[in-house]
Amino acid sequence: MERPFILKHFFLVFLILFTFTTFGQDAEGSDSQEGSGAEAVAVEGADPAKGKELFNSLCAACHKRYKDAVGPMLHGVTERRDMDWLYKWIKNSQQLIKSGDSQAVQLYEEWNKVAMNAFPQLSNQDIDNILAYVEEPKPEPKVDVAAAPAGEAQGGGGISTEIVLGLLAIVLLVLSVILYLVNKTLNRFAEANGIPVKADKPKGKPIWVAFAENQFLVLVAVVFLLLAVAWGGYGFLMQVGVDQGYEPIQPIHYSHRIHAGENQIECKYCHSSARVSKHSGIPSLNVCMNCHKQIAEVSPETATEDYSKEFYDGEIQKLYEATGWDTSTQSYTGETKPVKWVRIHNLPDFAYFNHSQHVSVAGIECQQCHGPVEEMEIMYQHAPLTMGWCINCHRETNIKVEGNAYYEKIHEELSKKYDVDQLTAAEMGGLECGKCHY
Amino acid sequence: MSSEKKYWKSAEQLEESSPLVEALEQNEFAEHIPADEFLGDKDKLESSQTSRRDFLKYVGFSTAAASLAACEGPVVKSIPYVVQPERIVPGVADYYATTIANGFDFASVLVKTREGRPIKIETNKESNGLSAGKARVHASVLDLYDIKRLQNPQIDNRDVTWTEFFSSLETDLKAGSDKKTYLLTQTFASPSTDQLIKEFQENYPNVEHIVYDTVSDEAALDAFEAKYGYRALPNYDFSKSEMIVSVGADFLGDWQGGAFDSGYSKSRVPNNGKMSRHVQFEANMTLSGANADKRVPVKPSLQKQIVVEVYNQIVGIVASTNLSDALKAHVDNAVAQLKTNSSGAVFVTGLDSLEAQAMALEINEKLSSKVFDLENPRLIRQGRNSKIQTLISEMKAGKVGGLMMAGVNPAYSLSNADEFTSALENVETTVDFSMKKDETAILCKYIAAIPHYLESWGDIRFTKKDFSLVQPTIKPLFNTRQFEDCLLKLNGNSTKFYEYVKDNFKSTFDGLSWNQSLHDGSFMYDMSLPAASEVSAIDISAGARKLVAKSDSEGFELTLYTKTSMGDGSHANNPWLQEMPDPVTRTSWDNYVTISKADAQAMGLENSNVANGALNGDYVAVTIGDKTIDKLPVIIQPGQAPGSIGLALGYGKTESIQEEMQVGVNAFPLYQNFDVNQTVGLEKVSGVHEFACVQLHHTMMGRRDIVKETSLEIFNTKDKDYYNATPQVSLNHQEVDVTSPDVDLWDEFDRSIGHHFNLSIDLNACTGCGACVIACHSENNVPVVGKSEIRKSRDMHWLRIDRYYSSEETIEGDYEKKDDISGLGSAIGTYGDLEVASAEDVQVIFQPVMCQHCNHAPCETVCPVAASAHGRQGQNHMTYNRCVGTRYCANNCPYKVRRFNWFLYNQNDEFDYHMNNDLGRMVLNPDVTVRSRGVMEKCSMCIQMTQKTILDAKRDGRVIEDGEFQTACSSACDNGAIVFGDINDEESVVYKKTKDDRMYHLLEYLGTKPNVMYHTKVRNTTEA
Repeated sequence: MERPFILKHFFLVFLILFTFTTFGQDAEGSDSQEGSGAEAVAVEGADPAKGKELFNSLCAACHKRYKDAVGPMLHGVTERRDMDWLYKWIKNSQQLIKSGDSQAVQLYEEWNKVAMNAFPQLSNQDIDNILAYVEEPKPEPKVDVAAAPAGEAQGGGGISTEIVLGLLAIVLLVLSVILYLVNKTLNRFAEANGIPVKADKPKGKPIWVAFAENQFLVLVAVVFLLLAVAWGGYGFLMQVGVDQGYEPIQPIHYSHRIHAGENQIECKYCHSSARVSKHSGIPSLNVCMNCHKQIAEVSPETATEDYSKEFYDGEIQKLYEATGWDTSTQSYTGETKPVKWVRIHNLPDFAYFNHSQHVSVAGIECQQCHGPVEEMEIMYQHAPLTMGWCINCHRETNIKVEGNAYYEKIHEELSKKYDVDQLTAAEMGGLECGKCHY
Repeated sequence: MSSEKKYWKSAEQLEESSPLVEALEQNEFAEHIPADEFLGDKDKLESSQTSRRDFLKYVGFSTAAASLAACEGPVVKSIPYVVQPERIVPGVADYYATTIANGFDFASVLVKTREGRPIKIETNKESNGLSAGKARVHASVLDLYDIKRLQNPQIDNRDVTWTEFFSSLETDLKAGSDKKTYLLTQTFASPSTDQLIKEFQENYPNVEHIVYDTVSDEAALDAFEAKYGYRALPNYDFSKSEMIVSVGADFLGDWQGGAFDSGYSKSRVPNNGKMSRHVQFEANMTLSGANADKRVPVKPSLQKQIVVEVYNQIVGIVASTNLSDALKAHVDNAVAQLKTNSSGAVFVTGLDSLEAQAMALEINEKLSSKVFDLENPRLIRQGRNSKIQTLISEMKAGKVGGLMMAGVNPAYSLSNADEFTSALENVETTVDFSMKKDETAILCKYIAAIPHYLESWGDIRFTKKDFSLVQPTIKPLFNTRQFEDCLLKLNGNSTKFYEYVKDNFKSTFDGLSWNQSLHDGSFMYDMSLPAASEVSAIDISAGARKLVAKSDSEGFELTLYTKTSMGDGSHANNPWLQEMPDPVTRTSWDNYVTISKADAQAMGLENSNVANGALNGDYVAVTIGDKTIDKLPVIIQPGQAPGSIGLALGYGKTESIQEEMQVGVNAFPLYQNFDVNQTVGLEKVSGVHEFACVQLHHTMMGRRDIVKETSLEIFNTKDKDYYNATPQVSLNHQEVDVTSPDVDLWDEFDRSIGHHFNLSIDLNACTGCGACVIACHSENNVPVVGKSEIRKSRDMHWLRIDRYYSSEETIEGDYEKKDDISGLGSAIGTYGDLEVASAEDVQVIFQPVMCQHCNHAPCETVCPVAASAHGRQGQNHMTYNRCVGTRYCANNCPYKVRRFNWFLYNQNDEFDYHMNNDLGRMVLNPDVTVRSRGVMEKCSMCIQMTQKTILDAKRDGRVIEDGEFQTACSSACDNGAIVFGDINDEESVVYKKTKDDRMYHLLEYLGTKPNVMYHTKVRNTTEA
């Protein structure tokens, strides 16, 4: 009797041990990569943190710290120019040019006479702060550091389910082996002690024969089987042509997570035709270039474990290739290669859907149909886009009457007729066949 | 009373016992499915290798394979613009105002573009310009996407670059400068083009310019020039008319450039008890004759006498005429009415005779007609066709070094085309500026590929005061260059024609904004016209004597005409127009000789209908001088003047035309001396022609109350119930109105809230022009099915214009005559009389019929899959994706407006029309489904347009105003015959129409409660 007891304890210890290892691993994995050494301040008495704020709000549209953009690269500017000259130039560059300052005129000519905005609101201290930020040494690329543990800490916070499942399988296997061993040992004991292990029962009919002979059971089973097949078949057939979750690989890895999520860009900034047209429209590339003329690379913080900064920068390069933007000359070459996106949301030709009806008139959030786009690294089809799905929403959604003169009269009369306060789209006629099929 | 008349669609229907008519009335689908033929042959079935089991195996396997293949969705690519043009929003239509001016049709139009593609032509309602040739103009967008267009300039049939083209052409032109060079063009009516041609002549002094109108109005132009000193045509504002007398002028057709019908329609709707009266003397049954209050069929030789007679009575006696008493009485009557109405009266004639035209001008002057507009004469015909003979003789003599042609096709359209063709061989430098490699272009050394008008710039001067601008709506699809740009290049001028037009505009029109004018498409500016150089007065009395002189030539008097659909033939490769039935004969895909019943009987010519109702006709040979056109099919035309025949121009083209569109016979060889009236010999030849005639199709099962008609007198004096009674039905042994709610089988829907659309059709304003038919085709992606399918009654037109003939006697009169019959001999004689008499003295009514959108729709209740359902807004919805093609709905529809897709009409080589090529499919409306095989379709009351109007209002948060709701047909109808709107808006025009005394519903006694209403036709039968 002692042996099983020992075995049990052995097993418990084994289990606890494993659990702890798991936690240990977890703690290691969540170790962050934060923390950068204090850096030397280039301009004395200046606060690069404040400077960063000002730089991002005022300068970043045209300047980059370590690269030429619309305006010249700013890192090292305090070495190139005199501080007083810089104050004057930043506060009002045009005035300086007009005064005939040779440096200023030369600079103006060099940069194709693109005038820099005047910033009279900046104090010298502000400018110092900005310059302090600008002169921070270029950070070493952190990607190498970040990439090393990335492989180890796959799955981020917890242990991946595979490992857990694997462990469970091993545990089960061990358990069954133990059970078999225990059983065997007990039998041996019993045999040794002369206890009969198996009572010879009279051999009855096998259960399946009994089942087969009971016609009622067979009938019920057949009915159930048929129903199950029908249900399964129906389910299978109904998903034909429904592409919910369709997540194709696009020619350019465009991350809605970065644009709509992190950067909080309004959906309709890019999909502007959703406001007035039936199509939401895939934005034309000139819309991308509104921002990406300036943004040639992502900030290191944008990179994730799955997608490195280099990867994202490469994708921006693809955009430049498509639009024919030459980063070195900051101009278009005129050679364009239109991007062949893979269309995700496809309605059949016989169904008419109008974005502006839903977006502008009804004021529905894009997410209602397209799901959490701001979290999608790769865009996928969130909704089934089936007719039942449309209809359900039309049944449940009230029409937006407020401030719309079109609805005034009809809403008043209809709500009286149906005796409701708020009319649903269905009550307005949103279930009529011909409203979407023509 | 209105309904006592007997209406008939073809002579066949007049035969009481015709088994064919009965068969057609009983069967919705004329063709039987040949199940018996297929399954009835037992031997064949038994000898077949494939057993039933095998068959089922194959079916099972192919179904499984197909469904497996269907599981994998296709990958759809979407390619956005790299740089999106500012004005283009995908999914939103843009409209541009421009002008068509192809030498035959001149019209201000509005072009609907989607994603940069022009997809529909609409009437520019805000423009002061013309809108002639409406069906053709609406269809002209399809010509842009014609696969037979020239894609590159050519020298000696070889594609070249424009640089090579011009260097070679300039060398040739300079080399030939010792001889004459002729420039043969269409009427451009364009100030800038005219100026360019002048500059070209200054650069090349040996160039002479001849303007050639394919269908000439030279006589009228010469008469006008002689009288008023400049070359133009008088304008007519028929909206001011009270009395119209026309002798052979089809002014509702293409007479003198057309575009008179919208004014005409305005005077035809009874207003305060008044409407105009229209008397027409003509040979062929034309649109004008069909709309006339009194139509007198007379052959052209008598028409000449009538013109002289009218002149005698109104202006002064010039020559004695020789008219029969009956005809003289008609003329006297007409003249008396002209005189009483004086300033509201107008006289027009279509005779191609200088003297007759001069007399018409005199008559109108004498009447001091306010219809007759001399202040603003028309400039859209400028041809001096008589000069062409000089050109040909000079070419023969080798005096011509170069011939440049633009917008004309003389090798096809000259009566002596063979003479021209052989003379052309003597000319060294031949240039054709053409969109197609047509009959003329293939003979030329140089072919300059020119763009469609939707890809061009220009300015047009319709009349003295009305100007219009042409602007491109799409980048040129091919490597083409405008004729004007070519001239600029040859002139050594480096400006583009766009800049040239713009500069010209700015220097000519003081105080007008270029941008605004371009936006509006047209503008008004009063500018004097250049005086003609030499003007010789016309001797009217000598001319009149010539007109009344008996001609000694014997034979039939032929009147050539242009069809509403085909015009002068420049749209021959346009399947929409080919399939559009002629308003009068209801025949598509053909031209034919129209002949009177009496003459046909005398010559033994027959029209017969085969078992499925399709029309067959005999052939004749037409001889003129030494020329013979053999094998012209014959259609027996009720109302055709005895002794005369008619034949349409514009058919029988063979070059750069798809095989399917090579139909009909070229009638231009008969157009001698540019006179539409010719004397020809006629002879029956063997063979039977198969017509694609929709005449007998979709008869309304012999039911009455289809068209209602009354006279102005009755309309003015009697109660509504007399001429437009509401049908009665029996309820509890009492007669009650069918509109009473008590007799409803169904509960009434509540349609009082929101919009309730109604379509109103005024039979008085409808001239049958067919613009709505083409507009409907274009808006709703209606497929073209081709001649053989039309023969099987499988036409797909959502909107048809039914044409009903009626005899002038009442049906009661006919019954009385019938009752008098005693004995077989008398019976045959009387029926014969009834038929012949009525077949000549015939009246016509046009009735556009589309889905009636019944509130109690018979089609909806029989659909097993609920594919046909009713909307609260009054539209009968047809859901194609639900339809399984049982065709019960079509069987149960009393109006026969449902159309079944027997085949896949797109991307199918069997139907090689525009939907079978990528270029042609660019014309499709992206908002309307392209239906597939096995699906029923019908008019949707343009629900895509009403939905768009509603959405636009919702987005702007405003109330919809009357006039905003339109359908394709209502917006195409500038005659005001089709009006669309919301009857829940009591301010709307259409609401007022529902309260009109003339209003009735089609087959109202059925109780279907249609949302389409008609307005009783009123004829002004007042005699003097």
